[in-house]
Amino acid sequence: MKHSSTLAVLGAALLLSACNNDGGTPHQATGPDPQLPQPHRGLLPNMKIAEPASWGDQKPTVPEGYSVTAIATDLGIPRQTLVLPNGDIIVAEGRGGSAAKLKPKDIIAGYIKAQGNTKVKSGNRLTLLRDADGDGIYEVKSVFAENLNAPYGLAYANGKLYVANQDAVVSFDYKEGQTQASGAPTKLTDLPAEINHHWTKSMTVSPDGRYLYVGIGSNSNVTERGMEVELDRARIWQIDAQTGAHKPYATGIRNPTALATQPGTGKVWVVVNERDEIGPDLVPDYLTSVQEGGFYGWPYSYWGQNVDPRAQPQNPEKVASAIKPDYSLGAHVAALGVTFSSPVMGDKFADGVFVGQHGSWNRPNPAGYKVVFVPFSQGKPAGEAIDFATGFRTEDGKTRGRPVGVTVDPRGALIICDDLANTVWRVPRTK
Amino acid sequence: MTVTVNRCTPGPLHAILLAGTVPLFLGAFLSDLAYSNSFQIQWSNFASWLLAGAELFCGLALLFAIGNLIGATRKSGRPLIYFLLVLVTWIVGLINCFVHAKDAWAIMPTALVLSIIVTVLACVTAWVGLTNLRSEV
Repeated sequence: MKHSSTLAVLGAALLLSACNNDGGTPHQATGPDPQLPQPHRGLLPNMKIAEPASWGDQKPTVPEGYSVTAIATDLGIPRQTLVLPNGDIIVAEGRGGSAAKLKPKDIIAGYIKAQGNTKVKSGNRLTLLRDADGDGIYEVKSVFAENLNAPYGLAYANGKLYVANQDAVVSFDYKEGQTQASGAPTKLTDLPAEINHHWTKSMTVSPDGRYLYVGIGSNSNVTERGMEVELDRARIWQIDAQTGAHKPYATGIRNPTALATQPGTGKVWVVVNERDEIGPDLVPDYLTSVQEGGFYGWPYSYWGQNVDPRAQPQNPEKVASAIKPDYSLGAHVAALGVTFSSPVMGDKFADGVFVGQHGSWNRPNPAGYKVVFVPFSQGKPAGEAIDFATGFRTEDGKTRGRPVGVTVDPRGALIICDDLANTVWRVPRTK
Repeated sequence: MTVTVNRCTPGPLHAILLAGTVPLFLGAFLSDLAYSNSFQIQWSNFASWLLAGAELFCGLALLFAIGNLIGATRKSGRPLIYFLLVLVTWIVGLINCFVHAKDAWAIMPTALVLSIIVTVLACVTAWVGLTNLRSEV
């Protein structure tokens, strides 16, 4: 029996060596120059899944001088919002994706990750919220349009409401005061929709309404579904709002989950979810202004020229051309919302962007699960991100909510979608 | 004086499970080889599923091996060696499954090396098990 005990010890040692104590730095620095440790991964990927808990009578924590109310609940997975010229709020609700499970891992990991998300059915609709008397209570809640296909990106221009479904950009003619669409939507253009591993189609519009910009996520973490399925993926399209004609505006962007147009400059900004499974502090999700024609690395490299050998065959020319993003938000925070602020939000938060962070799964020390503010100066990020809305996780490690889209309401409030609690939060300035 | 040694070989189900590990592990190894030569991810998917099947067969064979060990009058020698061989094959196979759960090229070259080792182990284990589970005098 001596042999078998030796073997047992060997087996245990092997399993232990697969684990490691590296849970990731408790506080990840934000900014233009993140620390990039060596990539590593144990025998099993780090998985720490949000265990859902109800808000009860609790609410997110916001800074002094702001209050917070749930202006809509029981939605069908709210993701992004848009404020119309009359102050009405449109909420896009749904869940997309049709990625087949190719490996045993997909079945197991898919089941585990689903535990941290809502079980509610995909709404596949737009809901309109109205506060006619400006008292902060949204007394009207009306289905604006339904039977859409996982709507996500929203934009208003040219008298139309543009909606990025997971498979197409469609538009509704809009007259001020409408609480529901006057008819079926008109398709502007199809979008790449095969597999839709990353299905969210984020959208913004140029200030003159001429172009729509649509973010199209990759079809894998890092090409594990093959290179062929990445055709037309991991990029931002520029789409002519009149004709629907498109061209790639920027490429190599793994998962551009939210887009915003900068007031004044008209520049397109994006928040991007970077790759998983090479360590708790890799790879930082980022915020960046988008350079037309730029290549941002995915899948060959990250944060400039850091080669990711998991993507094969490699392409050294592409690696050499990869642009470093402007600003790291921290690894695995899962930024899913971005909006430019304005002076209505008060002095401290007047110049910058708000970023909604859905929160990590691939990190022992959870990251994200909050809304942060990235201060800007002279049109560029300047300084560390500041927490704006927190308390989405309880002290005992359960998760009450997961922030997604964020939108500044010109009346002086931040609107936050919470796709775990199926709630829309509004954070008005009170003084 | 003659001593009669009765060889004890596996029953049909035990034999199918044990011998079945060989083509499954071999298939995984060949699929890994094809992936490493072509970068075609489907080979890697095949390898993952073949390994999952091999582990299922090997795990059930392990139960038979435990039963054989418990049932043997003399625990050392053949019954113990056979049990240890199945156990090691199963453990190496399991580690190989986890390695195959990494994304894309991250599995290389470990996956290929482990697939070779576990295929050889499966051959030896099946050979030993099918020849003689225990000798009863």
